[in-house]
Amino acid sequence: MSAEPLPTPRGPSPAPRRRQWSFRSEAFRGLLFQLFAVVLVGCGIWYLAHNTLANMAARGIQSGFDFLAQPAGFDIGETVIPYDALHPYWRAFLVGVMNTLRVALVGIVLATILGTLVGIGRFSRNAIVRGLCYAYVEFFRNIPVLIQLLMWYLFFTDWLPPIFEAFNVGGLFLLSKAGFSFPVPVWSFGVALALVGGLIGLLAAWLYRRWALRKFEATGRVRSLFWVPLAIVAAGMVLGWLVGGAPTAWSIPRAEGFSMEGGASATPEFLGVLLGLVFYTAGFIAEVVRAGIASVAGGQVEAAGSLGLTRGMAMRLVILPQALRVIIPPLTSQYLNLTKNSSLAVAIGYPDVVSIANTSLNQTGRAVEAISIIMAVYLVISLSTSAFMNWYNKRAAIKER
Amino acid sequence: MKPMLKLSLSAALVAAAFAAPAFAGKTLDAIKQRGQLVCGVNTGLAGFSQADSQGKWTGLDVDYCRALAAAILNDGEKVKYVPLTAQQRFTALQSGEIDVLSRNTTWTLTRDASLGLHFVGVTYYDGQGFMVPVKAKVKSAKQLKGATVCVQSGTTTEKNLTDFSRTNKLDMKPIVFEKQEAATGAYFSGRCIAFTTDASGLASIRNKDAKDPKEHIILPELISKEPLGPAIRRGDDEFFAIAKWVLYGLIEAEEYGVTQANVDQMKTSQDPVVMRITGSSEDMGKLLGLDKEWLVRVVKTTGNYGEMFARNVGEKTPLNLPRGANNLWNKGGIQYAPPVR
Repeated sequence: MSAEPLPTPRGPSPAPRRRQWSFRSEAFRGLLFQLFAVVLVGCGIWYLAHNTLANMAARGIQSGFDFLAQPAGFDIGETVIPYDALHPYWRAFLVGVMNTLRVALVGIVLATILGTLVGIGRFSRNAIVRGLCYAYVEFFRNIPVLIQLLMWYLFFTDWLPPIFEAFNVGGLFLLSKAGFSFPVPVWSFGVALALVGGLIGLLAAWLYRRWALRKFEATGRVRSLFWVPLAIVAAGMVLGWLVGGAPTAWSIPRAEGFSMEGGASATPEFLGVLLGLVFYTAGFIAEVVRAGIASVAGGQVEAAGSLGLTRGMAMRLVILPQALRVIIPPLTSQYLNLTKNSSLAVAIGYPDVVSIANTSLNQTGRAVEAISIIMAVYLVISLSTSAFMNWYNKRAAIKER
Repeated sequence: MKPMLKLSLSAALVAAAFAAPAFAGKTLDAIKQRGQLVCGVNTGLAGFSQADSQGKWTGLDVDYCRALAAAILNDGEKVKYVPLTAQQRFTALQSGEIDVLSRNTTWTLTRDASLGLHFVGVTYYDGQGFMVPVKAKVKSAKQLKGATVCVQSGTTTEKNLTDFSRTNKLDMKPIVFEKQEAATGAYFSGRCIAFTTDASGLASIRNKDAKDPKEHIILPELISKEPLGPAIRRGDDEFFAIAKWVLYGLIEAEEYGVTQANVDQMKTSQDPVVMRITGSSEDMGKLLGLDKEWLVRVVKTTGNYGEMFARNVGEKTPLNLPRGANNLWNKGGIQYAPPVR
């Protein structure tokens, strides 16, 4: 027996393994079980759908989405896009979706601002501010949101004056049972161009900010990051307005007969839903922000102080950016909650998508179809919101490492 | 293993596809076996279906259920009342949760044809109207230009309002609430100038919810036809026949003067129609699957149609609704029952 030379050690990358198509391979087993699970779920869903359809057909209940092309036959109290009763059901649903988005988007923005302020206020050195923020959170978090919506709506409809006795500020802004009415420019080519100019200005302002930030990191020279971009956006709007012929026609709200003619109104229903949701969700967001701020290491605060930053600057430049990593995931949940809670608007008469679907359901009898449309709408809105927030989360995270 | 699982699943699905729906043809059997009629009613509409503080239900719709229970189960008290909102009512009936829906429901083509229901008949011929505060100084619905109108969702009201608004170019703005209490609350707080629902409902709401009923008037225009009546599921023709003929029997009884007080005495009458109603000559009940005293029991439980009307919504009640179209055909109204023979 001669001593055989030891096999030479292989390099760090061995030859690629060939895929093994047999049960002994763990990867193959995993794939098989996943496929099996998908088939099982698919069969389950198909069974439910088929059973429902078969039962409905056997009882003479008509089904199908063809009703969406029929004329709706009902009016909607407030719409963003032009709509009348002869439009098809799908347009009525679209109006409902826009109303839901309107209250959800404005609500998210306002709730975030209010919640952040209250959350930061919990760390104030002033005991009264701290106490007020604490009381705010405990009060608005613990009362069911439907009760809060009803409270706001009762407040608006009971305390506001009737239309012919509207409380007016300078003859331009009216507050009455028809809501908060304000003048709007009459829609024309010039106004459209002004909006387009504003959007272009927004883009230019964003590019300017990126350039200014890059310059700051390179040279340390501080440039205005807020006022100059704002001026750029305003300049864009003015430029667009001028190019469009400088129209000056405004639509001023006046009380006429039983309704408010002209201008635009934020109805008590909209305000009730908006304020109810904003105050409720801000309570939760305040706690999320507080948790985020508390998660930032104390050393950061001290370091900021030693650099000579004021408390406000420290909060804005050092603490909050680091707290964002902790804040954003639960904040996403709160945004989704706000969006879904807006479905309670049907209790106080705001025509969101649930209200429209209820009416359509009653008029056509297509209960399963209408409910599935509602579910699909909320699913799409929620998935878009969380996708956006996840992208923002990734962006906030990269700055750390 | 996978192919076997799929095969057994497919077999189960095929079996399910051929399985008969649970309640077709068996509603009557289920009622008799349960010993109780499950009746879907309104959550609270004075005069039609309302529970008092002891939980005792009264109203025109409630009385119909009692009459039906008296015919099938021999006792008008063997009824379970299920209060339903406008959204829930059809689903509750379709799913089998209730046996009969007696909830001031309008009989329309869509509901009759596409929901798997049958309408039994008309217990109350109604129309949609408007209620406005006296302060608004409105005398006719056609003056409500641009008005905000509170309505409850889940009813025929919205569509009728839109039709009326478009026909008369009034550009009315509906504010649609899920619950009736929210809709009436918004009207009474002044958010809307007008409130619209069936005229009988307006009378009931003004009487029950207004702080001062005299400060509200019901405008004279009826903008739609609202024939209100009970509904049952499709698939049980025997139950359908009984439900129909209980209603027709009540109207026939009023036409021939058979009342709650004199029904026993009427058993000895010589009028051939009365003899058939009371079962003393021919046995009409047997043809329906009931006994010959079915209509006697019914009238003894609730009285005839006129008595039901007078007791629940008539002149002596706070609603004070006139018979109007609900009077008998030979007295100026349109309640006409096919003959019990």
